[in-house]
Amino acid sequence: MNAGAKFTIGAALIVGSVGWLMASGIKQTGQYFLTPSELSQKVAADPSFYDVGMKVGARVVPGSVTREVATQTLTFRIADGSASYPVTFHGLPPDTFTDSVEVVVEGRLQKDGLIHATNVLAKCGSRYEAVPKA
Amino acid sequence: MTLLGTLALWIAFLLGIWGAIAGFAGGHSGRADLQQSARHAVFAMCAVLLAAVISLEIALFHHDFNVEYVAAYTSRNLPTFYTWSALYAGQKGSLLFWATVLSIFGSLAQWLTAPRHRVYLPYVAAVTCLVATFFVSVTLFAANPFDRLPYTPVDGRGMNPQLQNPGMVFHPPMLYLGYISITIPFAFAMSALLLKKLDADWLVAIRKWTLLSWLFLSIGICLGMWWAYVELGWGGYWAWDPVENASLLPWLTMTAFLHSVMIQEKRGMLKKWNLGLIIGSWLLSIFGTFLTRSGVISSVHSFTQSPVGYFFLAFLAVAAAASFTLYGRRLPLLEAEAKLESMVSREASFLFNNLLFIGIAFSVLWGTLFPILSELVQGTKVTVGPPFFNQVNIPLGLALLALTGIGPLIAWRRASVPNLQRQFAVPAAAGSFTLLILLVAGMRDFYALVAIALGGFVTATVVQEFARGARARHRQYGEAYALALGRLIARNRRRYGGYIVHTGMVILFIAFAGMAFKTETEATLRPGESVSLRSPYGWTYTFTHLGVSQYQALNRLVTAATVEVARNGKKIGLLSTEKRQHVDATGRPTFEPSTAVGIRSDLREDLYTVLAGVVNGTEQAVYRFTINPLVWWVWYGGMIVALGGLIVMWPGGGSPAVKRTQAGYAVRLVETK
Repeated sequence: MNAGAKFTIGAALIVGSVGWLMASGIKQTGQYFLTPSELSQKVAADPSFYDVGMKVGARVVPGSVTREVATQTLTFRIADGSASYPVTFHGLPPDTFTDSVEVVVEGRLQKDGLIHATNVLAKCGSRYEAVPKA
Repeated sequence: MTLLGTLALWIAFLLGIWGAIAGFAGGHSGRADLQQSARHAVFAMCAVLLAAVISLEIALFHHDFNVEYVAAYTSRNLPTFYTWSALYAGQKGSLLFWATVLSIFGSLAQWLTAPRHRVYLPYVAAVTCLVATFFVSVTLFAANPFDRLPYTPVDGRGMNPQLQNPGMVFHPPMLYLGYISITIPFAFAMSALLLKKLDADWLVAIRKWTLLSWLFLSIGICLGMWWAYVELGWGGYWAWDPVENASLLPWLTMTAFLHSVMIQEKRGMLKKWNLGLIIGSWLLSIFGTFLTRSGVISSVHSFTQSPVGYFFLAFLAVAAAASFTLYGRRLPLLEAEAKLESMVSREASFLFNNLLFIGIAFSVLWGTLFPILSELVQGTKVTVGPPFFNQVNIPLGLALLALTGIGPLIAWRRASVPNLQRQFAVPAAAGSFTLLILLVAGMRDFYALVAIALGGFVTATVVQEFARGARARHRQYGEAYALALGRLIARNRRRYGGYIVHTGMVILFIAFAGMAFKTETEATLRPGESVSLRSPYGWTYTFTHLGVSQYQALNRLVTAATVEVARNGKKIGLLSTEKRQHVDATGRPTFEPSTAVGIRSDLREDLYTVLAGVVNGTEQAVYRFTINPLVWWVWYGGMIVALGGLIVMWPGGGSPAVKRTQAGYAVRLVETK
């Protein structure tokens, strides 16, 4: 077998493993990114959708944020106009988190309708601009 | 000033269009007057864009808050240092910055290119003008930094506190310099394609430019990691954020190019591949700018709701179509002059290295775009995060690390068995020995074991190369070993500078592996209370909360909490962490409170403390304590990588013509047998 053919086999091995790693990576770690209304549709269509890891992007409902510093528990509601969910998060939210920003909540929707967040990302600080104060 | 600035932008726009027309026409017809005119257009464009930048800086320094950009990013009490860097703190300013720097690079290319490569310059001028004109037109039609407000605010909004960090002053321009300078090699590539002059000559003309942009990208990425680590407070330096990925992508393809170009120089192979890498890297650099400057993918950095995104998308599409069409039409001229002779050869190891780089780049691009792609195909957004990128890239990265050791030692064309034995006996033993020590020491993390053992192997290959080279000089010229080592590096900068870069990469890999052993805890403490955390080295750290203090600083109200740190019961110092509420000149709060991290670094590990908050009115504080092993080595490794890059780039050391035939890795001691 000549070097070119051997190289082709080696190259195919590399390309194959890259492809395999990517496919299995997406399968194992991919998460739905939904809006609250998409989430409510999904749950209505497929009741087994509870307790699945996902991300939900929405606005925080102004005035809904309560922080308990001592236990580091944060609760708030997120909404997109047509659907709304309560969220509870244990940990340190980012500096940019307030009650008027867009957030990405990573977590699981429980049967009781509460989203248990494992991570909260605030989208606003992203622009590195001040929020115009009302 | 804004009138002058806008006027300068318009003149730059017209000059750019003229430069492109004259450059293409001059290149095509060979008319010297048109060629000269295109060259002058590049210089003139540079001058007027510099005038625009100066106008914007003057507006910033004079606190002319009637200018929307000035009001949006600065305030009266912003430190001067950051007022200066506000030029690129926002989207509009950074687009102007892009165009200006490109015109500077374009002028340098026109001015400094060696006489024997002048033939490429008219088309190079045309392409640089075209790209710079695109950026100027975005500022003019979608994001003019000189726009005025209908009223004049008393004070500006100030800069986001997270950007008020020295790392943020240098990180964006470094990264931009990296992105922007890729345009020059791309312009030469287009020129070579248009002229059908596709021998190795144009590669010589762009060597310094490719190294320059690689170096800037490397430094920019490292500074970005440092900024994220000390400023963002989540306890790490790399989150696989889309914008981080966007900076990594052209770095990966440029690194691949810097390796594969050696095969073209030495053996006349891979011509199509190398051209493709240059075009690809350039498109990725524009794509990176696009990702940062539009909000397509939700990311902690993205700028949203602006027409700028569409401009970029259209430009990317047109540029990709045009450059690949031209490339496709020239493919018959890009046949290889030689064939691969053996799998066990330098060429083959470089090819595999390139495939791995491209594989990593592809998976990073795919993962970054996956939310968009999945939404297009399935209708629902599916995102992948750090677990995906780590799962895919750790094994590929480790394979690449192994090749870092193998590639430089293996002979060109066909390696013989004695060659392999001679080269690999010591390094293989060093790698196995490292592995053995780690296993005895009790380390069980698979990837960390592989990374550090490979690190030992690669380090041994580098040491072996330096030792053999220095010994050869010592024997041949009777130089003392230290002098021999110095001259060895000075006389063959590409090869030995390259080895130094490899050493830096080894250090980085080992430092990354250290993060596998990160530990953290959260605690709510009253003054006097303490919490303990066990470090991966087996020590026990105790953090005792001392108290909370509040005071005013330049442009902020600070709430600082302090802990006393003890290692195995012995006090080793204090650590403070702050919550800062920034205020404007009138004392009103601006932005949300930001966190200042307390870090205590040593060579083994970092103690990283974050103040999450203070229970209202009391001195009871909520902390997160993290122990991050080996983080200091990330910065140290990054500096070594940059140092190696500088050595490779350093001017002098023989004419390029001589260098080409014995360039860098090409000179082999083993080949002389």
